[in-house]
Amino acid sequence: MTHIAAHQPLDEKTVGDGIRSFIVENFLFGDAQAAPADDASLIENDIVDSTGILELVAFIEDTFGFAVPDAEIVPAHFDTIARVRGYVLARAPGGDALGIRAA
Amino acid sequence: MDDLHDISLAIDLEREAARIADTLKEQVRHTLRKRGLVVGLSGGIDSSVCAALAVRTLGAGRVFGVMMPESDSDPESLRLGRMLAGALGIDSAVEDIGPALAALGCYERRDAAIRRIEPEYGPGWACKIAISDALSDGYAISWLVVQDPDGEQRRLRMPADVYQAVVAATNMKQRTRKQLEYYHADRLGYAVLGTPNRLEYDQGFFVRNGDGAADVKPIAHLYKTQVYALAGHLGLPAEIRARAPTTDTWSLAQTQEEFYFALPYARMDRCLYGLNHGIPAAAVARAAGLTDDQLAHVWKDIAAKRKATRALHFGPLLIEDVAEV
Repeated sequence: MTHIAAHQPLDEKTVGDGIRSFIVENFLFGDAQAAPADDASLIENDIVDSTGILELVAFIEDTFGFAVPDAEIVPAHFDTIARVRGYVLARAPGGDALGIRAA
Repeated sequence: MDDLHDISLAIDLEREAARIADTLKEQVRHTLRKRGLVVGLSGGIDSSVCAALAVRTLGAGRVFGVMMPESDSDPESLRLGRMLAGALGIDSAVEDIGPALAALGCYERRDAAIRRIEPEYGPGWACKIAISDALSDGYAISWLVVQDPDGEQRRLRMPADVYQAVVAATNMKQRTRKQLEYYHADRLGYAVLGTPNRLEYDQGFFVRNGDGAADVKPIAHLYKTQVYALAGHLGLPAEIRARAPTTDTWSLAQTQEEFYFALPYARMDRCLYGLNHGIPAAAVARAAGLTDDQLAHVWKDIAAKRKATRALHFGPLLIEDVAEV
């Protein structure tokens, strides 16, 4: 299970590592060697299916403390680790300070 | 116009019915060494055509129909099933699986899962599952639609564990039905006939070890459009031929395209046929009444569902072959 402390500042590395760690633990039986590249499609590469996307959304909400609106559960935000990371940094409380906004 | 003609899905119905009957007879008598066929009758087009084909193959005296209503079933299913059994002249039984499902906790387990996202859900409420619009650029996510006792409906997002719990509970319906079909099959020395059409079989629209379990599946190669045409050729009652396909699994009325498929079956058939036969996208889109972009989404959705449901078709996986069997 991934833990990101409440006081931990959100930066690209923290967020990206947290997402990758969740994917490895939950979808790959902990096999870090099988972790997808940051820009690899999670669906196309058989890492997750549509139910797995819901698990990823729940993880994001629980870990980064914001609700993902239904309309934002789309490949533009969730298809790759890089896209999820960008989405979290733009949407999470404090994420705006980094000057990154979700599409 | 040649392309459009190619997507008409027209077949020689008499020849096809005869071919199915020949193959089915061989399968039942020689491959399976059984003496007849059990068919679950839902009052829908697929099971009705299958029952009629079974009668044509073996005679009415060697086909047994089972109607298996439960608490959420549309009463029309039982009425039409009975009508069909009468029209075909086959023996049949009505097995009310509601009490068995209640004893297994099917309804309570489902409702308990729903209450995790809608705490008021209970008596007087109804529900169904609806899938995202496959014509848009999103994921094929299933939503829960609930209706309160005042008739007001709301669409709720299900966390993965709630979705899986709701589906797992409702899958008991298909598995309990199959249990009873095999009871009658064992009792009579018959085989169990499964009723998926090509769209359902290809896209994994069945419950593993539930409606997916069977000894023979004689219309799994036919597009739904062709099943309807065969229903006319076999002289099935007009009411059955006119009935809209339904899952008949949820307490709220639900079409199959709402639950699973991107489009109504006639258009879905054309998209699938076009994909399977390498017909140019522009011609398929025109035949299915879609834009090129929409067809691209449908084809992508077809490929995604094939991939997601591939394992539903597998037998148990062994570590190595057991060569003696």
